Amino acid sequence: MARIDLVDLAHSYSGNDAPPESFALKPVTMTWRQGGAYALLGPSGCGKTTLLNLISGIVTPSRGKILFDGTDITPLSTQKRNIAQVFQFPVIYDTMTVGQNLAFPLKNRGVPKAEIEKRVAEIARLLDLTPDLNRKATRLTADAKQKISLGRGLVRSDVAAVLFDEPLTVIDPELKWQLRSKLKALHRDLDLTMIYVTHDQTEALTFADTVVVMHDGRVVQSGTPAELFEKPAHTFVGYFIGSPGMNIVPAEVRGREARIGGHVIALNRSYEKLPSGARIEVGVRPEFVDVERPAPGLLSANIERIDDLGRIRFAHVRVGDAKLAARVPPGFSTNSNSAALRFDPAHVHVYADSRLVEGAA
Amino acid sequence: MHSIPGRRIIMSAFLIFLLVPIYWLVNMSFKTNGEIVSTMTLWPHQPTIANYMRIFTDESWYSGYINSLKYVVLNTLISISVALPAAYAFSRYRFLGDKHLFFWLLSNRMAPAAVYALPFFNLYSAINLFDTPWAVALAHCIFNVPLAVWILEGFVSGVPREIDETAFLDGYSFPRFFIKILVPLIASGIGVAAFFCFMFSWVELLLARTLTSVAAKPISAVMTRTVSAAGMDWGLLAAAGVLTIIPGALVIWFVRNYIARGFALGRV
Amino acid sequence: MDKTVNQKAWFLVLPVFAVVAFSAILPLMTVVNYSMQDTFGNNQFFWNGVGWFKELLDPSTDLGGRFLASLGRNLFFSAVILAIEVPLGIVVALSMPRQGLSVAVCLVILALPLLIPWNVVGTIWQIFGRPDIGLLGYVLNSLGFNYNYVSNDLDAWATVIVMDVWHWTSLVALLCYAGLKSIPDAYYQAAQIDGASRWAVFKAIQLPKMNRVLLIAVLLRFMDSFMIYTEPFVVTGGGPGNSTTFVSIELVKIALGQFDLGKAAALSLVYNLIILITCWVFYTIMTNAGADRPRKEGGA
Repeated sequence: MARIDLVDLAHSYSGNDAPPESFALKPVTMTWRQGGAYALLGPSGCGKTTLLNLISGIVTPSRGKILFDGTDITPLSTQKRNIAQVFQFPVIYDTMTVGQNLAFPLKNRGVPKAEIEKRVAEIARLLDLTPDLNRKATRLTADAKQKISLGRGLVRSDVAAVLFDEPLTVIDPELKWQLRSKLKALHRDLDLTMIYVTHDQTEALTFADTVVVMHDGRVVQSGTPAELFEKPAHTFVGYFIGSPGMNIVPAEVRGREARIGGHVIALNRSYEKLPSGARIEVGVRPEFVDVERPAPGLLSANIERIDDLGRIRFAHVRVGDAKLAARVPPGFSTNSNSAALRFDPAHVHVYADSRLVEGAA
Repeated sequence: MHSIPGRRIIMSAFLIFLLVPIYWLVNMSFKTNGEIVSTMTLWPHQPTIANYMRIFTDESWYSGYINSLKYVVLNTLISISVALPAAYAFSRYRFLGDKHLFFWLLSNRMAPAAVYALPFFNLYSAINLFDTPWAVALAHCIFNVPLAVWILEGFVSGVPREIDETAFLDGYSFPRFFIKILVPLIASGIGVAAFFCFMFSWVELLLARTLTSVAAKPISAVMTRTVSAAGMDWGLLAAAGVLTIIPGALVIWFVRNYIARGFALGRV
Repeated sequence: MDKTVNQKAWFLVLPVFAVVAFSAILPLMTVVNYSMQDTFGNNQFFWNGVGWFKELLDPSTDLGGRFLASLGRNLFFSAVILAIEVPLGIVVALSMPRQGLSVAVCLVILALPLLIPWNVVGTIWQIFGRPDIGLLGYVLNSLGFNYNYVSNDLDAWATVIVMDVWHWTSLVALLCYAGLKSIPDAYYQAAQIDGASRWAVFKAIQLPKMNRVLLIAVLLRFMDSFMIYTEPFVVTGGGPGNSTTFVSIELVKIALGQFDLGKAAALSLVYNLIILITCWVFYTIMTNAGADRPRKEGGA
């Protein structure tokens, strides 16, 4: 187990002299708690795999330091870092049995045979692999092979952290859920630091206590799933998390009011000093915008379509040039396309240049 | 992790091992016979291009190259064209005797040329193709066609079946689908197969010599008559040899990217 | 891939079948015909049944003696070159640079010997080994070794073997390189994480993944070395005496030199049969080895 600190860590695949904007990972300083379950979430190319590989040592950073429990391990090779990594596709040693696969890391480190057998048996039990211990590893299914990959990481008792790089990519959908639950259970039982890279928000939100959202090489927000949902620090987080994502519309904001398309919306907080020249937008999740009959004092909109998701209905509406999604309250029905939107001021956020602005109370 | 310690030394040593005999041949080709026989020099002290000039101007010499090229190109064309549909069949379908047919084809690749020397001699004489590029081109098909089928089958198998089915659903006839869709998709495979066909046909000697005498004489046969009254014409022989290496070197240089790509696909 | 059963596929295969059958079966039929006959010339043939075959396998006869001796030489030759070329090819493949222009340069130089007409390969070494005009012969002799491949059996064998190693190791190396290239990086990364030593990486990852191409390489090299004709013929002509006379050289001598059709035909058939059986053995091993893995493999 280890606390992992990243200090001004940055990386460019084109060398240290590359322009800062082209860095695959822009400078980041953060702490990963010991025993935490983290998800690194973001679209392809956002830098999450780069960050993971920097932590595991597969890639040497262009800049910055990585500390495990306060010790600078940046110059150390992967072998010496005591981490385990599970890749997108199962990596197993074809010529060995399941048991031999699991024993491999311990054998390489010179662990005595009795100890190896004990650990292998224990990990196999944890992963439900005990009946297969003597079978050739190549004959198993993809999800069993991923468990073997994982097992090789867990079998070392001094492992500092387990890193996952989109490990469920090749697993069949029905088995994904099983494997995910197994990972969560393992995290509870073994109290390991786990870092899970994915582009799937469901996986991230169900697995992790803390989700780190990345975009374009930057860590954009790090927090619990609830925090990411309620108060996105970046418009990207708002848009990426939640289905449908947050509504982002350009607006003029002054004091406690925002003006969208000529219509005024009340805000909970006061915004006096917005950076001049910045792009001002308001963001509000569809769950906090209600569709109502047209009425004066409410922003008018045209309904384009309504998605019935069973528990909840979302209307996709058009306001001028902007498209928004809004919640359709139960019992609401209308014959015409005209409607109005009511905003919940508590959940309307203001963004300048995509970043959240904290208003005054 | 991928390679071994000392890999630079090992690779350099091996490459030198490969290049030195070739260099020696090139070296000799630019020397006069006098210099060759009298002294041992590491580079020509009296360089001459007379050997090469002789080959370029003497019809009996350069016709040898042209003849060789003729049957090699013919063979490559024939082999690839018949192998393509067969590769498709082996990749997509199961049919009566398919495994045995494939094995029989493969075994022909392993056929010793020596066994066929005499029978081919009789066969091609009987059908009046003796001493033509056609005889050699067809004879080389024994081992080039199976090779082409084998290589192409691997590449066709790399094209998902869904593409065929989509094309047929879209109304493509089989020949049109084959030419317009399948062939472009396996272009690098065709390149690799053509390369190997070219290679095996260009280098083969026994059948090429057995099935020709005067009109279609390949360069390998021409090279045997370098003995004159003054003794062995080493310089000329060396120059002729160097000129046979050049087409091969050019071909590799031009297809090096295809080969690298073919390797990366793991299709061998 | 799932294949559908479709007998009409035979139409697609017909051209290939026709071309190869024309080149293979027709001549083979004449060979079978000849193998059972004897002739005193003048196109008169007498039935000889299995007479030639009996002679072939009888070391006390001239035919049998020559055949069995050349067969022995071939087997020894193949064993030696396999023992050299396979490990050397693997080592060379492992020494390939990872990326950049040097990869292309290495590939081109490695491929060069493979594209030289076989008679020119013979010519290169014929010249290279001569004490008077060849660098190798000259250097060896000036260092005190009495090297002469024309008169000395051992020297002739050594030359023929080194020539084959020079000629064909690249094939093994290129095939192994292709096998190595197909290994995804994640395997090496996982091995690093597992703390594997360099040797363990070779044994556990690289060698197993090269299995298929190694088998192909061994098959090709064994077969081609068993059938070798041109290169040794150009350098030694089968000599000195008949110390480097391999089966194919013997066969051509009998067939085209002596025009002893019956003997040549019988020899051809037996030769062909040996090759066919060996090929079948390798083929079975290959298809069985391939059947070991489950069809669905997750991976790049």
